[in-house]
Amino acid sequence: MSHHIIDFADVHFRYPDGTEALRGIRFRITHGESVGIVGANGAGKSTLLQHLNGCLLPTQGTVTIGDLALTARTRREIHKKVGIVFQNPDDQLFMPTVFDDVAFGPLNLGLDEARVRERVDTALAMVNGLSLRDKPPHHLSAGQKSAVAIASVMAMEPDILAMDEPAATLDPRSRRLLISLLKGFTHSKIIASHDLDLILDVCRRCIVIGEGRVVADGPSEEILTKRELLEANNLELPLSLQKR
Amino acid sequence: MHMADALLSPAVGTTLWAGSVAVGGYASKKLGSRLDDRLIPLMGVLGAFIFASQMINFTIPGTGSSGHLGGGMILAILLGSHAAFLVMASVLIVQALFFADGGLLALGCNVWNLGFYPCFLVYPLIYKPWVGDGKNPGRILVASVVSVVAALQLGAFSVVLETLASGKSELPFNAFVLLMQPIHLAIGIVEGVVTAGVIAYVHGARPELIESMTASRPLGPRVSFRKIMITFGICVIVTGGFLSWFASTHPDGLEWSIEKVTGKGELPEAEEGIAAVLKGIQQKTAFLPDYNFRPPESEPKTKEVSSDWPGIDSGTSTAGIVGGVIVLAMVGFIGAGIRFFRRGGPAR
Amino acid sequence: MTFDERYFAVGRLDRLSYGRSLIHRLDPRVKVVATLLFLITVISFPPHEIVALLPFFLFPVLLLTLGGIPAGFILRKIVFVSPFALTIGIFNPVLDTRTVTVIAGLPISAGWLSFLSILLKFVLTTGAALLLVATTSFPGICHALRRLGFPPLFVSQLLFLYRYLFVLAEEAMRMTRARDMRTFGRRGLGVAVFVRLVGVLFLRTVDRAERIYGAMLSRGFRGDIPMLRKFRISFGDLAFLAAATILLGAFKFYPVTEGIGRLAQGVWP
Ligand SMILES: Nc1ncnc2c1ncn2[C@@H]1O[C@H](COP(=O)(O)OP(=O)(O)OP(=O)(O)O)[C@@H](O)[C@H]1O
Ligand SMILES: [Mg+2]
Repeated sequence: MSHHIIDFADVHFRYPDGTEALRGIRFRITHGESVGIVGANGAGKSTLLQHLNGCLLPTQGTVTIGDLALTARTRREIHKKVGIVFQNPDDQLFMPTVFDDVAFGPLNLGLDEARVRERVDTALAMVNGLSLRDKPPHHLSAGQKSAVAIASVMAMEPDILAMDEPAATLDPRSRRLLISLLKGFTHSKIIASHDLDLILDVCRRCIVIGEGRVVADGPSEEILTKRELLEANNLELPLSLQKR
Repeated sequence: MHMADALLSPAVGTTLWAGSVAVGGYASKKLGSRLDDRLIPLMGVLGAFIFASQMINFTIPGTGSSGHLGGGMILAILLGSHAAFLVMASVLIVQALFFADGGLLALGCNVWNLGFYPCFLVYPLIYKPWVGDGKNPGRILVASVVSVVAALQLGAFSVVLETLASGKSELPFNAFVLLMQPIHLAIGIVEGVVTAGVIAYVHGARPELIESMTASRPLGPRVSFRKIMITFGICVIVTGGFLSWFASTHPDGLEWSIEKVTGKGELPEAEEGIAAVLKGIQQKTAFLPDYNFRPPESEPKTKEVSSDWPGIDSGTSTAGIVGGVIVLAMVGFIGAGIRFFRRGGPAR
Repeated sequence: MTFDERYFAVGRLDRLSYGRSLIHRLDPRVKVVATLLFLITVISFPPHEIVALLPFFLFPVLLLTLGGIPAGFILRKIVFVSPFALTIGIFNPVLDTRTVTVIAGLPISAGWLSFLSILLKFVLTTGAALLLVATTSFPGICHALRRLGFPPLFVSQLLFLYRYLFVLAEEAMRMTRARDMRTFGRRGLGVAVFVRLVGVLFLRTVDRAERIYGAMLSRGFRGDIPMLRKFRISFGDLAFLAAATILLGAFKFYPVTEGIGRLAQGVWP
């Protein structure tokens, strides 16, 4: 199943204002892996995730998704495979109602009306958001927006799922729901978060990013117990591992 | 300076609607043919930006009153004529609906006054040639101020023409012009400075931005206006003709009531107070002395209807007043009744 | 009105528009068309007409009550935008002092009549626009526009405008609050700070547009914004439109008020 592989080879990225956000990222994720990405504020996590589907293109190095190298030309193909939930749900929910927003992806895939409706309902049910269907996004709370943003990506049934800080605004119950949703998603998934307990719970593997470089890469249980490493990157031991 | 529905006649309102729709259709067509995909969200979000920025106010130096950013010119500078016109039209639609600024019929006038002039006249004819490659901040400042002033003067003058052509206001042409233009000169200078400031700020912070926005958009001014103007002309004739017929089926209520009351159709004009002053202004400044902007009044026609109604024939005004009171009471009762039943009825 | 008040008033109107009353459920196209008919009819009355305008108040009253819209809120919004029409209108009584009639010993001039007529028309037309948006969600209005032949490109960006109106207004509100909190006296409220504030807001807006575009691309956007929305004109919609047209016609072409007045005078001579 080569088509679910993600490969970053010496990826650099510079923002137009000159900020060097990524400085030689290198890793490979194979099918079915669940990977957590952690790091301090401004370490480059969001920038990295935006490379997964070509929202940003590397200024140097290559990103390969499946057997396609990411370029402006292959972007559209790759969009069908990779679903990304961005950090700010307001940017993701651009349609005037929740229904229209969740239906946007499936409609673009060319599905017929009945299948679109079915997918919208399934996706909304996954995040416990069926009752929000006809609301406009600006009437939702921050957590509800995140939930719908997740649904709008799940409705595309992506092969690879990437999420940027998905649980930050969720209440404990919705967070639980998200965790079980993520555990049920058997394809590759990448989650950038400061919520180390969530990472520990959902991801087998963990990559620590610092100043645009990979600082550490290994099994979550190992990485997330290294106190010095974590503290050097503005992080702390997951609560579940802290002794009281 | 939003035109209001209440000051408009249907003929003027629909004519300008037709004009604005024609220009809007033309602009969408022009954009659609070579559209960069990313322009759609950008246009929408910039419309929201204009809206949000208009809610921020600042204190005008030396006066203590507050001003805000106008929309048309800054949009034209950032997006080019076509996209800017459509965004401005959208901003005005939202304002007409959510703020009730202007009104839905006056929307045509407002889009024309605040969208067409800055985007299709001032921007290509004044701003662009003046600023050139856009690297000289001094030129940007002067060009912005001149452009915003010019656009606002055109807009304000149109408000005058539209109001007078509608015939609902009694203001004489010259006095009206004297009322509108100087105010908008002041507003224009302030808005122009602010516009220049924002452009300069953006230019300083992210020079590549304005250049890329300028590069990615279709070029504006070199297009034939003939088609729009022909469409516009036809719309004017059709709507104008149709609506004057519509309006003329009803004689002017005033003429008729004057006749009832005085027995003749004309009343002596009172000339005292401000009326006389304004009249004086008009005579002194009359460069269009005999121009009558009001549509010709239709011949008063006696109503046959009145004889069909039973009761005392004691002049319309009394019947009107009595009827008015009753009608309003009835409307009130209907409203109260519905409220009552909705409250008492099954829970919503 | 302060920024917050303006913003919350828009928000309240927007929330009302998602109600579920009889009026809210009508097809948006029908409501848009009926509103335009209403406006044209009201505006078509000559400058001095007053009594014939009164029956038209039936429409806003019906919409207010059947739609469950708070009347005070709408009235306050109408008053708030009235200055321009009032300023222009108030010259009429000053300029046109011909006496038309004498009521209870009080001479009534033509100017006052036309001023009052402008006022009535102003309340009716402004109210109509506000009530349209209070009883029809903005996406609904946009769909109506699309169905009525407006270009898809225009409607799409109008929908984006609506979607980000509240997001950006909130951003602007946070920024002005931050400014006002650190402003003492008049100093920080001047043009210089304002320009920078708006400049920053603009830059953030452009970045946001870029991110939105990215989000659209990642969900398969190819230049067209698809929407699944079926609007079927039902019998009720047609009935509403027909009733509105007939009533408007009746109020326009028959002197209803006057007739009722004469009738009343006949009953109680
Ligand atoms: N649009 C942008 N333009 C310029 N620089 C940017 C932009 N977005 C991010 N940066 C910079 O790039 C670097 C990486 O930012 P990024 O958003 O990827 O961090 P992050 O790891 O996601 O942080 P956080 O945990 O706060 O979300 C930061 O130094 C940031 O300032
Ligand atoms: Mg981030």
